[in-house]
Amino acid sequence: MDLFEYQGKQFFATYGIPVSAGDATSDVDEAVAIADRVGYPVVIKAQVHVGGRGKAGGVKLANDAAEAREHASNILGLDIKGHIVKVIWVEHASDIAEEYYASFTLDRGAKKYLGMLSAQGGVEIEAVAESDPDAIAKIWIDPVDGLDEATARAWVEAAKLNPAATEGAVDILLKLYRAYTEGDADLTEINPLILKPTGEVHALDAKVTLDGNATFRHPDYEAYDATQNRDEREQAAHDKGLQYVGLDGSVGVIANGAGLAMSTLDVVKQAGGEAANFLDIGGGANADVMAGALEVINNDPRVKSIFINIFGGITRGEEVANGIITALGRVQIDAPIVIRLDGTNAEEGRAILEPHLGDALQMQPTMLDAARKAVELAAGR
Amino acid sequence: MSIFVDENTKVVYQGLTGSQGRYYGLLNRDYGTQVVAGTSPKKAGTDVDGIPIFATVADAVAATGATASCIFIPAPGVKGAVMEAAEAGIEFIVVITEGVPAHDEAWFYNKLKRDFPKVQLLGPNCPGIISPGKANIGITAGHIAKPAVAGEKNVGIVSRSGTLTYQALYELQQQGIGVTTCVGIGGDPVPGTTFIDCLAAFEADPETSAIMMIGEIGGSAEEEAAEFITANVSKPVASYIAGVTAPAGKKMGHAGAIVSGNAGTAQGKMDALRAAGVKVGLNPTEAGQLMVEIIAGL
Repeated sequence: MDLFEYQGKQFFATYGIPVSAGDATSDVDEAVAIADRVGYPVVIKAQVHVGGRGKAGGVKLANDAAEAREHASNILGLDIKGHIVKVIWVEHASDIAEEYYASFTLDRGAKKYLGMLSAQGGVEIEAVAESDPDAIAKIWIDPVDGLDEATARAWVEAAKLNPAATEGAVDILLKLYRAYTEGDADLTEINPLILKPTGEVHALDAKVTLDGNATFRHPDYEAYDATQNRDEREQAAHDKGLQYVGLDGSVGVIANGAGLAMSTLDVVKQAGGEAANFLDIGGGANADVMAGALEVINNDPRVKSIFINIFGGITRGEEVANGIITALGRVQIDAPIVIRLDGTNAEEGRAILEPHLGDALQMQPTMLDAARKAVELAAGR
Repeated sequence: MSIFVDENTKVVYQGLTGSQGRYYGLLNRDYGTQVVAGTSPKKAGTDVDGIPIFATVADAVAATGATASCIFIPAPGVKGAVMEAAEAGIEFIVVITEGVPAHDEAWFYNKLKRDFPKVQLLGPNCPGIISPGKANIGITAGHIAKPAVAGEKNVGIVSRSGTLTYQALYELQQQGIGVTTCVGIGGDPVPGTTFIDCLAAFEADPETSAIMMIGEIGGSAEEEAAEFITANVSKPVASYIAGVTAPAGKKMGHAGAIVSGNAGTAQGKMDALRAAGVKVGLNPTEAGQLMVEIIAGL
């Protein structure tokens, strides 16, 4: 789950990481009231899950209430790379002496936590990694050991931050590590981490991705789930508990298993088409789940044909076939469907499907044949 | 031969009294796996269709001599279950459970490496392991796998994806090719067993003649495997990587299947494998065909 900046800052604040005084709102009058409360000058920032918002006019400085009103009304509703701004964050503007970068994430290759710290902040860390890789001080942390103060201190020294920032940086890194581990985050990133002229160190931005698998430990994360960036189709699928990702093509895809579903998208592409979605209905492929999946796909106006790709493992072909027929009886489907059924008792399953076949429901022997047929049908409509 | 498990492996099922544990535990026993015990703190002293239930893994090991465990415990309890098995002396731990928090995985992976270096962990979020004709631990459909035949050319399979593993087993069965062992390492960010662990074991197994490796987007496990193959694997390898068309930044079903920026793309993985001499198919069927050609040429 990706958090918006304002959620990330609230998340950071619970771990004691210093952030600017501010608040989030969707209302211009309230934005001005927040600005009055935190004190001018203020920064008004668009809350979107996409980079480059500053360049797009989504971050503005306001010196008084009139400017705050003007910027708030301009930024709310702004389209930033296809993301419409619904929420803005208003905070007291900070004096900045220097800008740094700090983050924790998992290094999947090393199977350890990776901490990155750099004296070059405020720019994309990928750009720093490319132009000046030595400017990023990296440490690998064994989850069993954790991060202690002496290690954090040596790390800050290695990153060559201004010595005036050392104490503040060590304190924030230890808290950021706690937020990363105890908060079950996939990523905690501060960019920029600033040193103020007064010597304080402070998180000016917050990028946080939480592990959705850990919500059982954090019931409050459900609030974040509700604000995830999903299109209408993804929201509908999410509400039905389906593993769905919306794409831009015209062939709707239903498959059992994440690997097979990904593979199905690839084969559609090889056949000259584009998939409208990724949808994994899991190993069982029962009628209820199939019906829900068909409903989601059917409501997608992009979909011109549907490719159901099922491999029977423990679940036998006849069970899968009966599930499909039952589901089709419950949902009125507009687009033609192409089925490929293979694996355990595939013959028996195909025999069950046979009497239902026609223009609206077709069957193909292999994955590639079925993909070609689905692409051909989509192109013809 | 087979790798990691065979007909002599005695397995305790942690969570055998739950619905999933019972269903697959009994299927595994029917297949021929030595399912010698189950654990449940509240149901110790009872049995599941004749399989004795113990309060702890330690009790089960003491009574039955089990050396492997298969975990069907819900995600919140997996960390504790893995450590309980390791502390009881279990050497091969299979975690089927999906949805284990990444920080738990990272913690018990490193804890096992440090304090229980002999333990081989498989999973979490994996279909398990099958040595066809000998043992099936997990949720793989046993009848779609053809057992290895002594004196013939047999294949070892390692895969990050469940259904694509079944597809591979099935296609080899259709072609009359036997399988020594098929290992589903799972699609999570910190898998206990890696491609490299399996490649090394298959390389050392005299009955395995060729290796099929099924990967997917995300992380760098396939690239690391390609390096390992170049340096250490003499047997031919055929491969398929799922997710060529996956968009960046979206998790494709598996927690670990995500392209981050330019890292973890299918194309990068295919290029690395080809450079290591691996035959890479563009879809599962093509990879199966490549394996048929490899076997015919041996």
